[in-house]
Amino acid sequence: MTSIILQTATRLIFTLLLLFAIFLLLRGHHEPGGGFIAGLVASSAFVLYAIAYDVGRARSALGIEPRALIGCGLLVAGFSGVLPMLMQKPFLTGLWGSWAAFGSAPIAAGTPLVFDLGVCLTVVGVILTIILALAEE
Amino acid sequence: MLMAAAVLSLFCLAGLAPWLWRATGRYCAWLLALWPAFLGCLFLSLGGAAPPGESAAIAYPWVPSLGLQFSFYLDGLSQLFSLLITGIGALVLLYGGAYLHGDDRLGRFYFWLLFFMGSMLGTVLADNLFLLFVFWELTSVSSYFLIGFDHHRDGARASALQALLVTGAGGLAMLAGFVLLGNAAETLELSGLLGSGERIKQHELYGPILILILAGAFTKSAQFPFHFWLPNAMAAPAPVSAYLHSATMVKAGVYLLARLSPVLAGTDAWLYSVTGAGALTMAITAGLALQQTDLKRILAYSTSSALGILVMLLGLGSAPAITAAVTFLFAHALYKGALFLVAGAVDHETGTRAIDELGGLRQKMPFTAAAAFIAAASMAGVLPLFGFIAKEAFFASLFYAEFAAGLLTTLAVVSSMAFVALALSAGVLPFFGKPVATPKAPHEAAPAMWTGPLVLAGIGLVAGLFPQASAQPWIEPAAAAVLGRPAPLELALWHGWNPVLLLSILTTLGGLGLFALRARVRLFLGRLETSARFGPERSYGVLLNGLNALARRQTALLQSGYLRLYLLVVIVITTIGAAVPILTLGELKISLDVWDFRFYELGLAVLIVLAAVAATFSTSRLGAIAALGVVGYGIALLYILFGAPDLAITQFLIETLMVILFVLVFYYLPRFAVLSTPRVRLRDGLIAAAAGALMTLLVMAVNSIQLHPSIAGYFAENSVPLAHGRNIVNVIIVDFRALDTLGEITVLGIAGIGVFALVKLRRSKEDSL
Repeated sequence: MTSIILQTATRLIFTLLLLFAIFLLLRGHHEPGGGFIAGLVASSAFVLYAIAYDVGRARSALGIEPRALIGCGLLVAGFSGVLPMLMQKPFLTGLWGSWAAFGSAPIAAGTPLVFDLGVCLTVVGVILTIILALAEE
Repeated sequence: MLMAAAVLSLFCLAGLAPWLWRATGRYCAWLLALWPAFLGCLFLSLGGAAPPGESAAIAYPWVPSLGLQFSFYLDGLSQLFSLLITGIGALVLLYGGAYLHGDDRLGRFYFWLLFFMGSMLGTVLADNLFLLFVFWELTSVSSYFLIGFDHHRDGARASALQALLVTGAGGLAMLAGFVLLGNAAETLELSGLLGSGERIKQHELYGPILILILAGAFTKSAQFPFHFWLPNAMAAPAPVSAYLHSATMVKAGVYLLARLSPVLAGTDAWLYSVTGAGALTMAITAGLALQQTDLKRILAYSTSSALGILVMLLGLGSAPAITAAVTFLFAHALYKGALFLVAGAVDHETGTRAIDELGGLRQKMPFTAAAAFIAAASMAGVLPLFGFIAKEAFFASLFYAEFAAGLLTTLAVVSSMAFVALALSAGVLPFFGKPVATPKAPHEAAPAMWTGPLVLAGIGLVAGLFPQASAQPWIEPAAAAVLGRPAPLELALWHGWNPVLLLSILTTLGGLGLFALRARVRLFLGRLETSARFGPERSYGVLLNGLNALARRQTALLQSGYLRLYLLVVIVITTIGAAVPILTLGELKISLDVWDFRFYELGLAVLIVLAAVAATFSTSRLGAIAALGVVGYGIALLYILFGAPDLAITQFLIETLMVILFVLVFYYLPRFAVLSTPRVRLRDGLIAAAAGALMTLLVMAVNSIQLHPSIAGYFAENSVPLAHGRNIVNVIIVDFRALDTLGEITVLGIAGIGVFALVKLRRSKEDSL
C-alpha cells in the first residue's frame, strides 16, 4: 500500500522531525525536552519513513543497525560518566565549560549533554529494534 | 608500588598474550616466560631486605566507603609464595607452549595462565582483606576456565563447575568471615590485623569467624571432606595441574591459614579443628592415592594429602611445626610441580597415563626420566634431597609435639610410607623395567618440556645439599611471619642418629613394602571403599541435583509463560505490599475538595473514566485500542494542565508509537474471543479495582505525606547553580540521578534486545519447520 501523498509529505516531515529531535535534545536542559523525548521523536521519524516507503528503506536511511545503536547509546552515556573519573571526580559528575563560538555569547555545554545524547541514541535504538523487527514480520 | 605494578603487569600481559601469540607464534612462550622470570628475580633481589616485622605497605583507595583499597603487603610469607608463583609460573608457561604446540587455543591458554598468575600474586600480596578476597575469587575463576579448557568434553565441564562451586561456596563463607573479622578488629588491613590477635581471640564472634574462614581455606586447599574436586580437576592440561592444582592455587588455603595464624591460632578450637582436618585429609587421601593407576590422579590425591600435612602442622602452631610446614611447602611445590610436568610429558609422548601401561621410558626420554627420578626421590624423602629435610622437620615437630604426639606421628609415618610408594609409582615405575608398547611411540619431549621439571627437581637437589645457603633465607622469614616472632632455624641434611631418623628409615622400608605389594594394597583399599560408600562427592552430586530440581520446580511454578498471570502477580503483590504498610502504619489524611476543580478538568476526568470503562467492556480489539488511546491522551492533557510539559510530551509520543506497535502486531493476533469464565473475570475485576483504589488513595493522600521534604527543595535550589539547567525534570534525569537513568537505559536496551530475540527466534523456528 503506497500513497504518493504520504510519501511526498514524509520527505518533508522526516527532515523536520529529525531537526525537531535535535532541537529538543539541545534545549532539554532549560526548557521541556531532553534525550528521552528527542529519542522518541527521532524514532517516530524513522517509523513514519518505514510506513510511507518500506522497512528496508527506513533501515538504509538510518544507516546503522538499530541494535548497534543501543550499544552506542550506552557507551556514549557511560563515557560521559567515565570522563570525570579521569579528573579524580566521582562517576557521572557533571563537567561544564563554556565556549564563545562565532563571536556569539558564550555557550555553556557539559557532560550531561553527552549523557543525554547517549539516552537519546539508546531510545532510538530500542524503539527501532522492536518496531522494525515487528514490521518485517 | 613495586608489588602493585607486578600484579597489574601480569594482568596486562595476560590481555596482550593472545595477540602476542598470533604475532610471534612458537617463540611466544619464551617471550611470555621472561616477564614472570624477571619478577621472580625481583622478588629474589628483595631477599634479605625484608626481615620479619618490617614490611613494605602501600595503598590506593578503591571503594573507600567500603574500606576497600588497593593495598599490598610484603613479608617473608608473601615473599616465599611470590617466588614460587613467579618462578614456577615462568617454567610452566614455557612448558605449556610446547605441551599445547600446534593447538589453536594456545592464545587462550596463555591468557588464563597469566591471568591466574596475576590473581594468585595478588592474593598473596594483598593487604586489604576484601582485596585478598577479590583476587582469591579470580583464581577460582581462572581455575574454572583452565579445568574446562577442553570445553567440548562433558567431563571437563562438569569438573570445572564442581571446582568452581566448591571453592566458590567456600570463598563466600570466607567473605562473611572477613566481614566479621573486620568488624571485630576494626581494621581490614592485614598489617593492622596481625597485631590484634589477642583481641580477636577474646571476641564473642571468634567462633563464627573461625568456622567461616576455615570453610574458605579448607575448600580451596581440598581438605577432607572437600577433597574430591581436586582429582577431578585433573581434566585440565598437565601444566595447569602442575601450576594451579599442586604448586600454587591449592596452597592459597594454606596461605590463608598461615597468614591468619597470628590472629586466629592458639585456641583449642583452632588446634582441634585445623589439626584434625589436616590429619584426616592426610591419611584418607594418601589411602585414596594408593588406589589410583592414573599418573595424574595419583599425584592429585597425594597433593591433597600433602596439603593435609601442611594444614595439620599449621594447626599445631608450635615453632617447630610452623618451620616444618614452611619447609615442607617449599619442598612440595618443587617436587610435585616437577612430577606433574613429567606426567604431562609422558602422557604427551606416549598417549597414556596409566602406570600399568608404561615402562622402560628411561632410554627414550632420558632428561624427563632424570627429572622424574630426582623429584620422586625428593617426594619419598630420600637422603641428599630437600624432601628429606622437610620430612625430618615434619616428623620431628610431631614426635616432640605437646598435642597427641603418638597418634599424629603414627598417622604421619603411615602416610609418608604411602608417599614413598606413590613416588615410586609415579616417578620411577614408568621409566624402569622393560619397555612397553604404548599408543604412541615414545621419544624425548621438546626441550621446553623437560627444562621445567629438570630445573624444579634440580633446585630440590641443590636445596638439599646446601640448605643453609639456598633455602634458609626464604624459609626463615616466612616462618617468622607465620609465628609472629623470629624463628631461628638451622636447616641441615644430617642431624645425627636420633629417633626421627629411625622413623625415616622405617618409613622408607614400609614404603618399599607398600610399593612391592601395590596390587594387593589396591585391591584391599578398593574393597574397603566399596564397603563404605558414603563419599562426600556423592553428597555434592545429590545436593547439586536437588538444587537443580528445586530450580526447575520453582521456575515451572513462577514462570507460567502467560502474560496475564505475570501481570496478575505483579499487581497483586504491589497492591498488598503497598497497602498493608500504608493502612497499618500511616495516617492517611485525604484532603479533597470536590469544588476545587475547574470544569474542563472535570470534563477531562470523566472522559478518561468513560474511555477506560469502554476499553474494558469493548468487544472489538480496535475499539479497545482506540479507547485506551483516549485514556492516554487524556492523561497527557492532564499533565499539561498541571504544568508538567516534559511528561506530557513523552506521554503523547509513547501513545502514538503504541498505536503503531498495535497496528504491526494486529494482523497476528487471534480472533477476538471471550475465553475467561465469569468467575475469573470477577476475580480480575476485584484485583483491578483494589489496585485502582489504592492508587487513587495514594494520589489523594500524596499531599499529606511528606517522606523526604528536603529532596524536592534541594533539587529546585541547586538545579541552576550546580547543574546549570533550569528544567528541573531533565536535570534530575541527566545529572542528579544520572546513575538511575544509566540503569534505566541499560534495562531498556536489554528489553529491546529481548523483544528482538523473541520476534526473530520465532521466525527462525518457523523457517526450520
